[in-house]
Order: sequence, then structure tokens, then C-alpha cells
Amino acid sequence: MSLSRADVEKVSLLGRLLLSESELDTMTTQLGRVVGYVEQLREVNTDNVQPMAHALDMHNVFRDDKLTPSLPRDAALANAPKRDSECYRVPAVLGE
Amino acid sequence: MANTSRSAAELVSDLEGRKVSSVELTRAYLDQIQKHDSKIKAFLLVDPDAALARAKEIDDRRAAGKPVGKLGGLPVAIKDVMCTQGVKTTCASKILQNFVPPYDATVVKKLKAADAVLIGKTNMDEFAMGGSTENSAFFKTSNPWDISRVPGGSSGGAAACLAAGMAPLSIGTDTGGSIRQPAAFCGVTGLRTTYGRVSRYGLVAFASSLDQIGPMGHSAEDCALLLEVLAGHDSLDSTSADVPVPEYAKSVNQPLQGLKLGLVREHFGPGLNGEIEAAVREAVKVYRSLGATVKDVSMPHSKYGIATYYIIAPSEASSNLARYDGVHYGYRTDEKQMLAELGAEQQKYEAEKNSKKLADLDTPLIRLYRKTRAEGFGPEVKRRIMLGTYTLSAGYYDAYYLKALKVRRLIRGDYDEAFKEVDFIVGPTTPSPAFRLGEKTDDPLSM
Repeated sequence: MSLSRADVEKVSLLGRLLLSESELDTMTTQLGRVVGYVEQLREVNTDNVQPMAHALDMHNVFRDDKLTPSLPRDAALANAPKRDSECYRVPAVLGE
Repeated sequence: MANTSRSAAELVSDLEGRKVSSVELTRAYLDQIQKHDSKIKAFLLVDPDAALARAKEIDDRRAAGKPVGKLGGLPVAIKDVMCTQGVKTTCASKILQNFVPPYDATVVKKLKAADAVLIGKTNMDEFAMGGSTENSAFFKTSNPWDISRVPGGSSGGAAACLAAGMAPLSIGTDTGGSIRQPAAFCGVTGLRTTYGRVSRYGLVAFASSLDQIGPMGHSAEDCALLLEVLAGHDSLDSTSADVPVPEYAKSVNQPLQGLKLGLVREHFGPGLNGEIEAAVREAVKVYRSLGATVKDVSMPHSKYGIATYYIIAPSEASSNLARYDGVHYGYRTDEKQMLAELGAEQQKYEAEKNSKKLADLDTPLIRLYRKTRAEGFGPEVKRRIMLGTYTLSAGYYDAYYLKALKVRRLIRGDYDEAFKEVDFIVGPTTPSPAFRLGEKTDDPLSM
């Protein structure tokens, strides 16, 4: 399965990256190589093999539904590049 | 007298016996940093005043006869991927250049509780992606044994600061070899811990099914000492295992008599450096002379390890790194300029009557995300986000991610089989020694 420049452009939108024309070219070549390399997994017979999500045989982890203090709002907002006294600020998203 | 060539265990006992004070010891390591780090560049951040103040506080407590934690004033360096409350945590990325965490990672909290002196934050590949520390957005770290060579990565600063005697212990993280490989390149000891052994709360996530925090030092004993402090269940990390923490430091000096060591045939194939092979075989001879028996085992799926990793790690990274959006924290692109560019593009497409381009034009919010991330991430991080986004995207999930998860089960099966026959698997950590700076930057697969 080869990767086209149009594929890479589409993925750059899905991945929320803005790539320059030259980055799109380089990325098409480089990703193509890596995808070509991982294609070797196709030769492995995985019929009836359960996928392994991680190393521990662990499922849902529950705890008591008890209230514990959470991060104060000011601390949570302290690193925001743009904020007001209680919210993160973003460019207008309505009325476009 | 503070002697920076003593082992961590010896230093802890010197501190306990008041043969040396934490202030003297901390100052000795700070002197080493002052002397050598302009060449090695292992540290992204060192705050001598804070470290000395902390050391003094521990010394005072000891002098007053009050309880002192297990590390008793020993300096420890921390890879800059773990959150330190009130102290910048950058992941060696421009996107987090000015990020000041509002809380401590659990391991940092545990180190503080054990009375470690946090001596500095070490350099790494950006977001722990790489094997040479050349992917740091700030500067490259050199291998103290030969400064024209890389220290390995991604925990390159963590390994180099030990090798240069700038800290007695450090903490690294390992997703696909990021503790083991730099430890091998710098001639120190590193332990990739079992998944779930050490809490990852406050660790900046890369690939969540693989990331682990582990100790680095000059010997197994050093690592055992540090692991006792780091390990244990944490309700803040749902993947943390609720099993007791043994006293590792007490169990490191055991006879090898009767132990069965496995040599994996596939680890000694073509591509293995001759000197490394000779050194490993020599070590095995020593183990044998100490009473261990040696057996060849096979791991037929090990050849698929890298391909499996190159699907799983980027897939999970693309999801984890979605949080860097220029909104909640971290770098954000210049909003005015971004809006002006977007407006110009719109006018251009309108003039050209290019309805396709107009329909595809980003909204201001999407463009804010895209431009912020394009400016904030380095090339390797972008590559992995792209790769992972692709392998998780509609139509490819089964062919790549799900397939890789199945192959991972088969790789694990090889280990399960091997461990039916042997107690340990021994072998080379890397097929080749530390390479030269710049030698492999164009070849992402070869590290």
C-alpha cells in the first residue's frame, strides 16, 4: 500500500498539523518508507490471536465514589496562553 | 569529605553516619556540573540555590534528631518529562518551553518524601521520541566518554549526567528502549521496570501501553535502592499494579548458583558488533563460573519487534499528543497573524473562484491548532504524529494498529515460552556502540 501526497495532506488535517509544501514532500517519502517497513507484519499469521493492549491482565479499575479536592481553577488556568478569569479563550467558533 | 565517585548506597550510608552532609555532597555534584556540563549538556535546568536550600533543610532535620527519608539528602536528577510543581517541565519541546506544572508527578512526590535533593532536570529527545537526544528542541547532549558521540536516548541526559559524575542517581523513562540504550551507550546501569510497577501520574505521556519510569545509577544496587523509593501502587494511575514492593536493595547480592540463563539465538545474528558480542560472551562466562547454567532459547517473533513498535508507539503518541492545542497550556501561535493569513487565503481563493479550496479552508480554531502544533513540534514528533494518525485512521486501523497488537501477543508468547525454561534472558542491550552525533539523523528506523 503506497502513500500518496494527497493521503499525507489529509492526515495532516486529521493530525492537526499545518505542513509546508516541502514538509509534505519529505513526509510523503519518509512515511512511505516506514509504512513499507511495517508491511512485513502481514506475513505473520494472527488468526485466532487476541490483540494485546498492554502487558498487564487488568480490566476496569474502580474506586469508591468519594469527593476529593481537584485542582483549583486558577492553577488549572495558570498555563493557558489566553484566558479570562474563569475560561480558556479561543478564536470565535460561531457564526462562520 | 564529599566523594562523588562513591556509590549511591555508600553515599546514603555516609549521610546517615554524618560522614558527609547533604550540603557538602550537593555542592560537590553542583561543582561537577559547573565544571563539565558546558561540554556535556546533560541538564536542561539546574537550580543550585534551591538544591542547596533543600539539602540544608534535610541536614538541619537530621541534626535535630528528626526523621529523615530513605535517600537522606542524596542528589537525584530527573528526566524533564516528569512534572515538578512550580518548576518548568519542557519535555525538551518548544511547545512546553514555558510550562510550569501545577502538581508533582507521583515519582517526584515520592523522591521528595524520601528526602532526595532534586539536583536538576535532564535533557532528552523531544517527548522521548528518539534514540540519541539529538531531537531535543534546545540542544544536543554529548556522551561523556567521547563528546563526538551521542549519549543515546531518549534518556540521554539522565545517562550522561551519571557517566560524568554530575549526579549519583537519575530517573529515566523507557518506551522502546529509552532507559536501556542510553545506559548501555554511557556505561551506566538502567532498569526498564515492569509495566505497572511505577506510577506514571504526572509523567508526560508518549505511548501509554509502553511508557515506564525507571531508575538509573552506577550499579544494580544503586537502581535497587532508587526503585524501592519509586515503586508502588498509586490510585492516581489506573494502570499501576497493586502488588507489594519488595526490599530490592536487600535482594541484589545473591549467588548465581543454580540459576538458568537464556541466550536468545536471534540476539546474536548478523548486525551485532563484534566487540559487543565478545563482551557479552565474556560476561556469560563469568556467570557460568559463578554457578549459573546457560541455555540457548529462540524468539522467532523478535524480528517483528521494531515494526510492531513503529505502529503501536506512534499510534498512541498521535492520540496522547492531541492535547497540545495551544489552548490549555503551552505554546500558542500568534493569533492575529494566523487570522490575517487565513483571511488572505480566503480572498485569494474567492478571487480565483476556487470553490474546492474555499470549502476546504480551515476554520480559525482548526488553523489555530494546526499552526500552533506546526511551530511547536520538531520534525521527529511531527513524523510520529503523522504516522500514528495514519495507522489509526478509518480503513487502516485493522490493518495496522490491531494487527500490531496481535503480533505483540505473539512476541509476548515467545517470552512466556522462554521463561518456562530459563530464569533470566541475558544479551546485548544494543547491536552497536554509541554512534557519532549527526550520523543517523536522517534514518529514523536505524536507531
